[in-house]
Amino acid sequence: MSDRLLELRGIRRSFGDHHVLRGVDLDVDAHEVVALIGASGSGKSTLLRTVNLLEPIDDGIIRLAGDDISDPRVDADGVRARIGAVFQHYNLFPHLRVLENVTLAARLVHRMPRAEADRRGRELLASIGLDGFAGAYPDRLSGGQQQRVAIVRAILTDPQLLLLDEVTSALDPELVGEVLALVRALADGGTTILMATHEMAFAREVADRVVFLDGGVVVEEGPAAQVLADPQEPRTREFLSRLL
Amino acid sequence: MLVSALSTLVFAGLLFWAVAGSPGWARVQQMFLDPEVALASLPRILEGLLLNLQVLLFAAIGVVIVALVIATLRTLRGPVFFPLRALAAGYTDLFRGVPLLIVLFIVGYGVPGLEFFDRMPAAFWGTIAIILVYSAYVAEVFRAGIEAVHPSQRLAARALGLSHGQTMRRIVLPQAMRNVTPALMNDFVAMQKDVGLISVLGAVDAVRAAQIETAHFFNYTPYVVAGLLFVLLAWPTIRLTDWVSARMRARERAGSIV
Repeated sequence: MSDRLLELRGIRRSFGDHHVLRGVDLDVDAHEVVALIGASGSGKSTLLRTVNLLEPIDDGIIRLAGDDISDPRVDADGVRARIGAVFQHYNLFPHLRVLENVTLAARLVHRMPRAEADRRGRELLASIGLDGFAGAYPDRLSGGQQQRVAIVRAILTDPQLLLLDEVTSALDPELVGEVLALVRALADGGTTILMATHEMAFAREVADRVVFLDGGVVVEEGPAAQVLADPQEPRTREFLSRLL
Repeated sequence: MLVSALSTLVFAGLLFWAVAGSPGWARVQQMFLDPEVALASLPRILEGLLLNLQVLLFAAIGVVIVALVIATLRTLRGPVFFPLRALAAGYTDLFRGVPLLIVLFIVGYGVPGLEFFDRMPAAFWGTIAIILVYSAYVAEVFRAGIEAVHPSQRLAARALGLSHGQTMRRIVLPQAMRNVTPALMNDFVAMQKDVGLISVLGAVDAVRAAQIETAHFFNYTPYVVAGLLFVLLAWPTIRLTDWVSARMRARERAGSIV
């Protein structure tokens, strides 16, 4: 229990009559990689956004490393600074150079001295082979390169948890591989990741656990290999069979 | 090249022939285009133009500040901010509707009557009136620019832990400004000549100086001189606006989307 990093209990969220989340329970342990799967509109993105408080919840409790971050009195900006997040697209700021993008939060939110932030930023860019683009604007980069920059931007300040929301779904197929390789490297390095994904093969390979979301609740969860190869619930089976 | 030059020459010739051939041309030429009067009135009008430039400078600064505040208020979300949103919306509705001349009269003659302030020069009240009116237009330009920034940008900034204020200052406004630069410059061009309207309050600017000189010489040439000076003043900005717009179009054509 001591290494439980994220704990969601009874998360509810509706938009008018539309109940997107109907009481979701979900745990993520430290250094664990959890893949959220489910059809479009099953609430995966909404659930991820509730975790870093970009989406308010109607009911439920969210604990991050034991702290109740769903308490309305909590400093939301402070919580978000502890969580890295990458979305489908439009992650990078087009008016800032690549290195400025990567170091922005470190400088503004974490008050890291510029020299140190730049050094770390260049190191990370070098680790993904993009140090040559440090001074370029994001529009010079391919979609895959942009997503990789967005990912290293999210981890520059060593967040406790990394949220990835369909980071490859807006990419051309030939660019998906390089982004997944980076996520795999982070997972191998012990980063705690909660990701929504459509890439089942990738989920099976990288995720420790797969959580199937349908109709706003967790229908089935378990070790990746087991849920994807031998689903127990009829709804999971139906969803997976539609993908083949 | 040759064709366009020739066509321009022929066109100009025809236009000149039509105007200069009119029965009253000699009289009009004498009353509006007298070189001696132009030269004699120029120093005073230039002096007046200096006041217009001062008003323009302060008004431009004031407009950017007030318009940014109004635009920011209008983009606030959440029911708590309804009064502020409504106030900002009412402001833009009101001042985009009222003619500048009427605002000038009300501010220039009405507000000093409240005797809240020590006596201020007419140019001061003229500047305030111009700021009030132009802020309403420019605020709408800013708002359009802010709303054109993709919502994901805001989300990405907040996800990094940036506060609402930091997100506005560092992420949203810089992109919004870039989007609306041509529109803003256009408003600035319009303002460059509207600063001439402060003359109705008695401020001795270029227009008022021209009026005085006109009365003095009993000749309308000073008005033409003042008009030409305003054109000269606006011309660099107009060219710059065209250049910036063309450059942005070129950028978009190059497909530089995020």
